[in-house]
Amino acid sequence: MSLVNYIYLSAILFAIGSAVVLVRRNAIVVFMGVELMLNATNLAFVTFARMNGQLDGQAIALFVMVVAAAEVVVGLAIIMSIYRARRSASVDDANLLKL
Amino acid sequence: MHTLITLASSEPAATSAATGVTSYAWLLLAFPLFGAALLLFGGRVLDKAGPMIAVLLSWAACVVGVLIAISMMGADPSDRSHTLHLFSWVPAGTFDVNASLLLDPLSITFVLLVTFVGSLIHVYSLGYMEGDSDKRRFFAYLNLFVAAMLTVVLSDNYLMLYAGWEGVGLASYLLIGFWYHKPAYASAGNKAFFANRVGDVGMSIAIMLMFVEFGRTDFAGVNAAASQASEGILTAIGLMLLLGACAKSAQFPLQSWLGDAMAGPTPVSALIHAATMVTAGVYLVVRSHVLFDLAPTAQLVVVIVGAVTLLYGAVVGCAKDDLKKALAASTMSQIGYMMLAAGLGPIGYAFAIFHLLTHGFFKAGMFLGAGSVMHAMDDQVNMRRFGGLATLMKITWVTFGLGWLAIMGVPPFAGFWSKDKIIEAAFVGEGWRPWVFGLAALIGAGITAFYMSRLFFMTFHGKRRWTDDQHPHEAPLSMTVPMIILAVGSAGLGLILGPTGIITSWLEPVVGSAEGGHEPVLSVPVLTVLTLLLVAAGIALAWWRYLRESVPVVAPVGSLATRAARRDLFQDDINEGLFMRPGIHLTRSLVFADNKGIDGGVGGLAAFVGGLSARARRVQNGFVRSYALTMLGGVVVILGALWVVQ
Repeated sequence: MSLVNYIYLSAILFAIGSAVVLVRRNAIVVFMGVELMLNATNLAFVTFARMNGQLDGQAIALFVMVVAAAEVVVGLAIIMSIYRARRSASVDDANLLKL
Repeated sequence: MHTLITLASSEPAATSAATGVTSYAWLLLAFPLFGAALLLFGGRVLDKAGPMIAVLLSWAACVVGVLIAISMMGADPSDRSHTLHLFSWVPAGTFDVNASLLLDPLSITFVLLVTFVGSLIHVYSLGYMEGDSDKRRFFAYLNLFVAAMLTVVLSDNYLMLYAGWEGVGLASYLLIGFWYHKPAYASAGNKAFFANRVGDVGMSIAIMLMFVEFGRTDFAGVNAAASQASEGILTAIGLMLLLGACAKSAQFPLQSWLGDAMAGPTPVSALIHAATMVTAGVYLVVRSHVLFDLAPTAQLVVVIVGAVTLLYGAVVGCAKDDLKKALAASTMSQIGYMMLAAGLGPIGYAFAIFHLLTHGFFKAGMFLGAGSVMHAMDDQVNMRRFGGLATLMKITWVTFGLGWLAIMGVPPFAGFWSKDKIIEAAFVGEGWRPWVFGLAALIGAGITAFYMSRLFFMTFHGKRRWTDDQHPHEAPLSMTVPMIILAVGSAGLGLILGPTGIITSWLEPVVGSAEGGHEPVLSVPVLTVLTLLLVAAGIALAWWRYLRESVPVVAPVGSLATRAARRDLFQDDINEGLFMRPGIHLTRSLVFADNKGIDGGVGGLAAFVGGLSARARRVQNGFVRSYALTMLGGVVVILGALWVVQ
């Protein structure tokens, strides 16, 4: 199986993730979309590392995972506090950030 | 004619540094200036003593002036010109203006007139302003007026003269509008101020021209440099100086402020008309005689202005029913005589100053007399409401009568000696000039006799046409004594200075003298007889119309000419139509252009940008997902662009 197929898979996963972020209202689901995009890039990194025979991409993928874990902690905490404050986890309800 | 006269005029005698009593000349300025400052800043403490302090300081300046004059008389005629250096005023590289005083026969003559007549008016004001609650301010301004006028006549350069010139303008503004709580009076002060501003523009341009052309502004330096300058420049300087002189001396076409200036208290009118202010213009022309001698065109314009004004004032004076305004018109006319004489060149300078001196006395005397009449008649100024005051106010009647005889030029009173000389000088020359200017002066003398007699008869003689409950009475001593002294001056001053030749020989070191051989086109006795005949005719006509016939209390409609003269020959209408209305239209159109054009452009641009940003603001809708879409779109665009570029 050619390594290029992994790139295609990564692109498809990224597209799905971004579509989820754009179309879903529930903050948790949007968050899952974001995670999906992160993992799609991880897959691309690892694949490129394999293609080039170097470990740089794999190292970056590890970093991304660590950052994503931290981001999940903070993000979920924010979503929780928004939900408590507004009794809703819809991202469209949290629309105060405008002129 | 002019080349002859130019040759005849001598350069002013060399000056030397002041010594002896002359070195105290700074006191002349210091006394009244100190008085003005003290009274203005002294506060209410000085309400009682202030007026007396002002009077004493004015007399102190007069004493200093007399002492300097005596020491000057004792000196040789060639050694009568002194300068007193006060301090370096504008030291700017090669351009250096000193504040220094020039003491020569001309300036001392003015100092004597200003301080003596001014001090008499100060004394008179003690009585006249007795009941005014604002006396202190009044006397402070009087002192300021005297100080400013002395600065004008004593300064030895045009720049310092200009400072005094402005001081005179300021003091006249303050005094004309002294009763500023009456809007009409306040606007009369404004009118005088504005008319004078027009003249000041001329003055400042003249001084700038001197600075550019000669690099200095002191009289000696300008006079020395003038002989090398081109005639065009000298003519320009002369005409600009004349513009300044016209405004200060109320000469045509800037005469309109003088009549309204009667809004001030009567002593102020006397001060403006006799001792200060209106004489400044004549002084300026005579002081700049070296420039004018070298610029015949400018000289001719001076003569024309003088001739026009002397007839203008005389005609207006015939129609006025307001005592003070008739006197104001007569001042305008008499200053016209002086201007005429000053424009004639060396044959006229001394007589211009001579007439100024005698006029200072008789006009101050008559204004003080008018004040006395107003005092007695509850501030009534309408002459149709006077009549028959001669028996009740004997001192006023006699003193005013002497002034009346003097201004008409009845021998042997002062005006005869000074005005006749001007008429004779006006008849000197070749071609059309002596006939035009001489006849103007001659006819002016006849009209003067008419309107002054009209004024005198209507006020002091004839039936009593008073309003009810008026009880005329003679003025207090503080008012009558100055009137008596001035009347003595108007009676005798001409006789003392004129036929003896004192005034011409006294002023000769400064203004030069005409060589002999300038005979008038009509012989002198013929002219004298003609003048006296015209004067007699004027008196007779006035007697016929205002003494033999009864004077109606309400002015008759009158002929077209009378109505025109009553409106000052439409001077205000002309000024209004020519300057005021177009000026208002100009400012309005400028304001319109500013509002619509400039503000509109700037405002429109701002509104356009504002509208644009209001549209751009819609992008910020607060929805996270739309931001995310924008970010995605942006990334796609950047990547796409990179891809295309590579």
